[in-house]
Amino acid sequence: MLVMNDVSKIYRTDTVETHALRSLSLTVDEGEFLSVTGPSGSGKTTFLNIAGLLEELTSGTYELDGRNISSLNDKERSRVRNEKIGFIFQSFNLIPELNVYDNVDVPLRYRSFDAAERHKRIMENLERVGLASRTKHFPAQLSGGQQQRVAIARALAGEPRFLLADEPTGNLDTNMADSVLDLLREINDAGTTIIMVTHELELADRAKRNVFVRDGELYDGSAEVHFAAAATA
Amino acid sequence: MLRYYLKLGYLSIRANPALSLLMIAAIAIGIGACMTIVTVRHVMADNPIEHKNDVLYHVQLDNWNPNDPYEDPNEPPVQVTYLDATTLHQAGRAHRQVISFKSDRVVQPEDDEILPFQQEVRATTGEFFPMFDVPFLYGSGWDATADRAEERVVVLSAPMNERLYGGEDSTGRMLMMNNEPFRIVGVLDEWNPVPTFYDLNNNPFVGSEEIYTPFSLAITGEWSSSGNTNCWKSPDESGYEGFLNSECIWIQMWVELPTAADKQAYARFLDDYVMEQKELGRFPRPLNNRLSTPEEWMINREVVDEMVSVLLSIAVLFLVVCLLNTIGLLLAKVIRRRSDISLRRALGASKTELFRQYIIEAGMIGVAGGIAGIGMTWLGLRGIENVFSEYDFIQYLVTMDWQMVGLAVALAIVSALAAALYPTWRACRMSPATTLRIQ
Repeated sequence: MLVMNDVSKIYRTDTVETHALRSLSLTVDEGEFLSVTGPSGSGKTTFLNIAGLLEELTSGTYELDGRNISSLNDKERSRVRNEKIGFIFQSFNLIPELNVYDNVDVPLRYRSFDAAERHKRIMENLERVGLASRTKHFPAQLSGGQQQRVAIARALAGEPRFLLADEPTGNLDTNMADSVLDLLREINDAGTTIIMVTHELELADRAKRNVFVRDGELYDGSAEVHFAAAATA
Repeated sequence: MLRYYLKLGYLSIRANPALSLLMIAAIAIGIGACMTIVTVRHVMADNPIEHKNDVLYHVQLDNWNPNDPYEDPNEPPVQVTYLDATTLHQAGRAHRQVISFKSDRVVQPEDDEILPFQQEVRATTGEFFPMFDVPFLYGSGWDATADRAEERVVVLSAPMNERLYGGEDSTGRMLMMNNEPFRIVGVLDEWNPVPTFYDLNNNPFVGSEEIYTPFSLAITGEWSSSGNTNCWKSPDESGYEGFLNSECIWIQMWVELPTAADKQAYARFLDDYVMEQKELGRFPRPLNNRLSTPEEWMINREVVDEMVSVLLSIAVLFLVVCLLNTIGLLLAKVIRRRSDISLRRALGASKTELFRQYIIEAGMIGVAGGIAGIGMTWLGLRGIENVFSEYDFIQYLVTMDWQMVGLAVALAIVSALAAALYPTWRACRMSPATTLRIQ
């Protein structure tokens, strides 16, 4: 379970103070498929970065599976990221000089799996996303949809409890976006909690629950209501 | 994980060939410049008789001018007089004792095809060979009896034996020098100590002599010294006999003293000897005898030229400049690879793991730079050899041994790691969120 209480994030420079998140409180239960929507600059990605332990919060508390994240050092945070969280990015973020097999292998290298275990997980997850025959291909040799599938296989290889997706279909055409979303639903049905940041209403609709972020504040409930509210504001 | 990091390092180098080559070149040039001078210095400062450093001693007695030391502030003469050399040698108070000087003779080869030539000869006593562990290919040196009997014997170096007799066993054959026959009793195996620690007063980098004859024979034959001779006053008598009885210094003396007690006893013996000589009107200066190990003696004689040390400092500074360039290039590489770094952080790599990955990659660049640096060093040494080609001894100073090869690679790795510390630290401090957002 993911629990954030009164979480704030402030970016400070010498002259400017930007409140990216303001007293955000949220609970995400095991097995949820949560979409986070909101206009550009609303704080969606900051929320996702904090949830994914890529950024530290300024104030408030954050518990992941009952563990207070704020008290962890770098090594412990890295371990939590590696074992409990999978990331999917809008621009796929595959390493261009590594082939598909080695890209999926990256998170597994930071776990003490032996070669056989790593191989098993890599092949299982590449089969799951339908790319088991492309292990030797490099990212540049794949379509956008295929690259995102590799990224999903990489995120799933470590069998994470939480999958954090930042605009996962933002760089894909409609057909590819649909197939990626179907895959995410399938993954969620298998028990993985998914938190997906998007600004597309149609995508948000396919999540089981939606929260809306505006000016760093979070509103729970129906995306349509809040989008409508945003549109009239 | 090491294999994984090595693979990542290889892929990274391959993915950024121009940047990687620039870094390797910067390290190689720095290492090449530094190691060229280090190699020359290493050869100059090498102690060829290190294994006997604690038992061999160079002898100095202060028979010099009462009003002016041989060298400031109060250094005794670097050689001894004939009178002192022969008296101390005959006393035989050390385990072994050697007196010697450099002369030259005209060698008249048996082979009519080879023209007579002038050759430097070392006139020495028989214990020279066992004392300095001189290896023999054929035969041996001569003994004390031959020294006393002034036997006409010679020992040839291996190159001289090759030149005169095609490398075959020449012992028992007669060698003509200045129209006098000498029986060859031994041929040395390869032996060429650099510097020639046993005689640092004459250029210690010209290599060892190629012909050795008994000291007593040279004196009877009135051979003159071709090495340095210094006198603080004119000989009282004229002629060779007058020179032998003078206060001129021209003979090198070494003793072998196996224990500290032996050294102490010999030092006392020297003091007693000088005190006795003082009563005879010699040694007007205060008691100032010295027994120096080969290493102490090389330091005393400043075998390593001060200019080499200055050049070494400049070369080290040059290496530092090259490393600063490497740091800049590594920073550029880190910036280019920030998405990779951030992604690995997001996927679970800790700062420590990223640090290891980048340090190993820097180490690989260091190894490549070191190997290329060995090539640059070789070129640098060949350059020195060409510039100073008129000096025969230069060939001995531009030789790279395995120790230097290892040092070049080690220095390159250490340099690369040192250069990588700051960029790697920067890489580890990058906020993954910022970079992934930029994507």
